[in-house]
Amino acid sequence: MVSLIGSKIERKEDKKFLTGKGRYTADINLVNQTYAYFVRSPHARAKILNVNITKASKSPGVVKIFTGEEIASEKIGGLIAGWKIVSQDGKDMKVPNHPPLAKHAVNYVGDHVAIVIAETLEQAKNAAELVDVSYKIHKAVVNTADAMQSEAIYEGIDQNLCFDFILGDKRKTEDSFSSADKIVKLDLRNNRLIPNAMEPRACIGDYNSSSDELTLYTTSQNPHLSRLVLSAFGGIHPEHKFRVVAPDVGGGFGSKIYAYAEDAVAAWASKKIERPVKWVAERSESFLSDCHGRDHITHVELAIKNDGKIIGLKVDTIANIGAYASLFATVTPTYLYAPLILGLYDIPTAFINVKAVFTNTAPVDAYRGAGRPEATYLIERIVHKAANEIGMDQAEFRRKNFIKKFPHQQCLVHNIDSGDYVAHLDKALEISDYKNFENRKSESAKKGKLRGLGFSTYIEACGIAPSAVVMSIGCGVGLWESAEVRFNATGNVTVFSGAHSHGQGHDTTFAQIVGDRLGVPMESIDVVHGDTDKGPFGMGTYGSRSLAVGGSAIAKACDKIIEKGKKVAAHMLEGKPEDIDFKDGDFILKNSNKKKTIAEVAFACYLPGQFGEIKSPLPPGVEPGLKETSFYDPVNFSFPAGTHICEVEVDQNTGETQVVKYTAVDDFGTIINPMIVEGQVHGGIAQGIGQALYENGHYDESGQLITASYMDYTMPRADNFPQIKVDYTTTPATSNPLGSKGCGEAGAIASPPAVMNAVIDAIGADVSMPATAEKVWNAIKKNDYKKSAA
Amino acid sequence: MKSFNYKTATSTKEAIKLFSGRSAFLAGGMTLLPAIKLRLAAYSDLINIKKIKGLSGIRASSKSLKIGSAITHAAVASSKEVIKSIPSLALLADGIGDPQVRNRGTIGGSIANNDPAADYPAACLALNATIHTNKRKIPADKFFKGMFETDLKKGELIEAIEFEVPEKSSYTKFPNPASRYAIVGVYIAKLKKEIRVAVTGVESCVFRCKKIEKALTDNFSESSIDNINISSNGFNSDIHASAEYRAHIIKVMAKKAVSTC
Ligand SMILES: Cc1cc2nc3c(=O)[nH]c(=O)nc-3n(C[C@H](O)[C@H](O)[C@H](O)COP(=O)(O)OP(=O)(O)OC[C@H]3O[C@@H](n4cnc5c(N)ncnc54)[C@H](O)[C@@H]3O)c2cc1C
Repeated sequence: MVSLIGSKIERKEDKKFLTGKGRYTADINLVNQTYAYFVRSPHARAKILNVNITKASKSPGVVKIFTGEEIASEKIGGLIAGWKIVSQDGKDMKVPNHPPLAKHAVNYVGDHVAIVIAETLEQAKNAAELVDVSYKIHKAVVNTADAMQSEAIYEGIDQNLCFDFILGDKRKTEDSFSSADKIVKLDLRNNRLIPNAMEPRACIGDYNSSSDELTLYTTSQNPHLSRLVLSAFGGIHPEHKFRVVAPDVGGGFGSKIYAYAEDAVAAWASKKIERPVKWVAERSESFLSDCHGRDHITHVELAIKNDGKIIGLKVDTIANIGAYASLFATVTPTYLYAPLILGLYDIPTAFINVKAVFTNTAPVDAYRGAGRPEATYLIERIVHKAANEIGMDQAEFRRKNFIKKFPHQQCLVHNIDSGDYVAHLDKALEISDYKNFENRKSESAKKGKLRGLGFSTYIEACGIAPSAVVMSIGCGVGLWESAEVRFNATGNVTVFSGAHSHGQGHDTTFAQIVGDRLGVPMESIDVVHGDTDKGPFGMGTYGSRSLAVGGSAIAKACDKIIEKGKKVAAHMLEGKPEDIDFKDGDFILKNSNKKKTIAEVAFACYLPGQFGEIKSPLPPGVEPGLKETSFYDPVNFSFPAGTHICEVEVDQNTGETQVVKYTAVDDFGTIINPMIVEGQVHGGIAQGIGQALYENGHYDESGQLITASYMDYTMPRADNFPQIKVDYTTTPATSNPLGSKGCGEAGAIASPPAVMNAVIDAIGADVSMPATAEKVWNAIKKNDYKKSAA
Repeated sequence: MKSFNYKTATSTKEAIKLFSGRSAFLAGGMTLLPAIKLRLAAYSDLINIKKIKGLSGIRASSKSLKIGSAITHAAVASSKEVIKSIPSLALLADGIGDPQVRNRGTIGGSIANNDPAADYPAACLALNATIHTNKRKIPADKFFKGMFETDLKKGELIEAIEFEVPEKSSYTKFPNPASRYAIVGVYIAKLKKEIRVAVTGVESCVFRCKKIEKALTDNFSESSIDNINISSNGFNSDIHASAEYRAHIIKVMAKKAVSTC
């Protein structure tokens, strides 16, 4: 039998998605449903003096209007930050209250003030226009760089500082810097991104007063976690009477991890009015109120020896986390970021300081890569600059500093179990035809174009995460994953996963794992996820964890099935369990031609009694049924790594930049379905090219979001990308039974510095992300001026 | 979206009759419907004019090319008549928005709307067009009056746009990377009597750039544009392009247009 692992099997779920038969939250309509529209703050920072709903309440079709007043009086809890960070002075981070509907103050444009519920959406919108809110406007704090010097937004949070975090050994690092031959410095900005999942957020709260059951349909990447948060902290409804369903979800990229204000309010409101309450975001609401990503200002210094050896790294970052601390907002710029600044280099000393600041902008949280793109960007930019400054070839400089022995304990946090960085570098050099770059450069020059080449040799920490480790550094939950593998009596299999698929193709990949492990054909396996009433509690999908952690739970559950199956098969074959081999779906009695298929064994498990010819197959003491559960907690993070090489052409006259060649060679450990992985890599690179050249969440001084639609926020399109060449090298992860490392975020992590290094190589000058035409043109001009002045 | 009545006219006459104080003509709806959905506009009646036969012809003669106002961008882009008589106009239409927009949006809707960054207004000015309405003929030079403002009176319907066939012409567009409207669009046309250069995307309304016109009249070459000084005074400045950058790009686009004329 050909192994299913490593097979390019077409995605089972694509048929429904490609033929328009996906069933998303907005497609669900319930009997007696009402429609909600949120009144949002038009101001970035203001006191709420009064909310007058008298006129709005009389508007045709209005069922009910709730404001922050009712939410507060019902003791509905605020939205929480799930990870506690401790500052360098030993004090806990400071976070403001985040009520689902604002009562006293609004803190960003789009902040929630009231929910208007009506018989139709149009009526809800008409009434929302009549809700009369009086504000006292205050000067907004908008800029990441100046936030600490600005007026405090919240009482008790001085300097708008959430925390002042450090990692590393300062003294040792200073020592390295004093013995360095050269110190390379760089100031960087990691631009704010707005996620823009294809499906906007949506939710329906549906309360059944006869059973006291509350169901929330929502666009979530982790329905179990949302239920936990809304139940335990929001106090919306007790967990055992609360069902959260995340049906088909059209992309998340992190932005759908969090339980949002709309989820809490729609669920709570449906209890109040005892009717379903449906809310679907318009694209403009997504721009304003989905959690944004990135937004760092960083100063980085690298200490090197004349021979190119890196001996120290110092980093100062200000991370803008927006108006409130969202669920993972505090871990993203700390533990998901700081340990990764070392990249895949053997750097003996490092020290990093991260200050997280509040501003009157949309909350910033994990977005594809979460912290790791920011880390990779700074190390890969400074490495590029360092190699240039000492006149070493980019590939050789990297090769010299790579970690080469595994396992490798880094000087900050991570113990990297496996990898072969030279292998993917060499393969990428080969595939990208690095040696002939100069020829391509002259060809471009003939067309009047400046051509540049940029590297990104990256590492990330995925497989999030070993619970004991993360809980010891402030995480409010364990990050294991669950699975249940259930044989039905007729021999087919239902697999329940606590992970959630919103584009990742779990229905296929997970079925491949089960099919491979149990020898059951793909078409007899169904993967179920996204409903807290089906399957055990699980932590959901983010941080490239679903395969490494969720897939491992499935593999473990399969192993338990085999174990029980052997006992039953032994009884049926009149042998001993230890004499039973399991292979390709058959239980075989050693040294005999006697065997039972796994389907026969499963059937037998469900019919334990004597029935005509059929004798009870179950050995004494063995329970009927064939269903196993596993909660898998990884022993370590996994460490995907790779080499990306980008080439760009810049039009000297306009500054327009086009990516013309892109090569990605990644080590994701064991690959289950190369076709799905390739799609993930393509998507990630597209997002990274978007960050490097096009996307930018821009607020003006008063805190208005200027890039609040596709007219101004540049989502890249197909013609912005070249053909992307994707290949792999493989060193299996040792921290999980599948050997998989994760691939979901790699493209978005690796590509921004590859693109930016290429732009900088082309124009010979520094430029910040996004490298828009005008910025690049200005940089060329300034550089020409410098050249002629020199 | 606030609700409205939807009516379809089959003749210009009927369309005018159906029009009342709070109506709007609906052509492709690519501009009008988003405005209504975003609650920036509200009407009691939308009058669909796409079924009016008289608005959907393309007629070419040696001197002029007349395009019915309800003709879509896609139809202009692929029209044999247009490609033959004014190829640059077909290329302009092919570069508007995306396939969905090109298959719905119309030339009449585009110029009636007069977006400061739209492409067709530049074609109208450069190709010395005449706008035919149900009431009169308006020269393009008088039609485009300001930001989203034209010489059209309430309830006046554009029937066709008649372009002068140039000796040669070219349109080059430096698109806004997000919206793909023009940050700068330069249309250069060598007409029988004069050279016209129209610029869109740069000010609140499309305009003719007399400096470039003069330079090209003296010497129709790329190099004659090099020495022109374009002042950025009064130019748009936004997150995508400063006024100075726009001034620079006008020259780059003009040179490109000359070289592809
Ligand atoms: C995503 C997107 C991208 C776009 N990109 C571009 C671009 O790159 N370049 C560009 O130039 N444009 C662009 N457009 C605009 C597009 O060209 C529109 O089609 C055009 O502006 C309006 O044409 P319409 O037929 O859709 O008009 P409608 O939206 O139906 O009407 C627009 C206005 O014109 C009036 N009107 C329509 N027809 C007539 C008539 N015959 N007489 C009098 N008044 C009339 C209407 O009452 C309304 O006020 C884009 C639009 C979208 C949605």
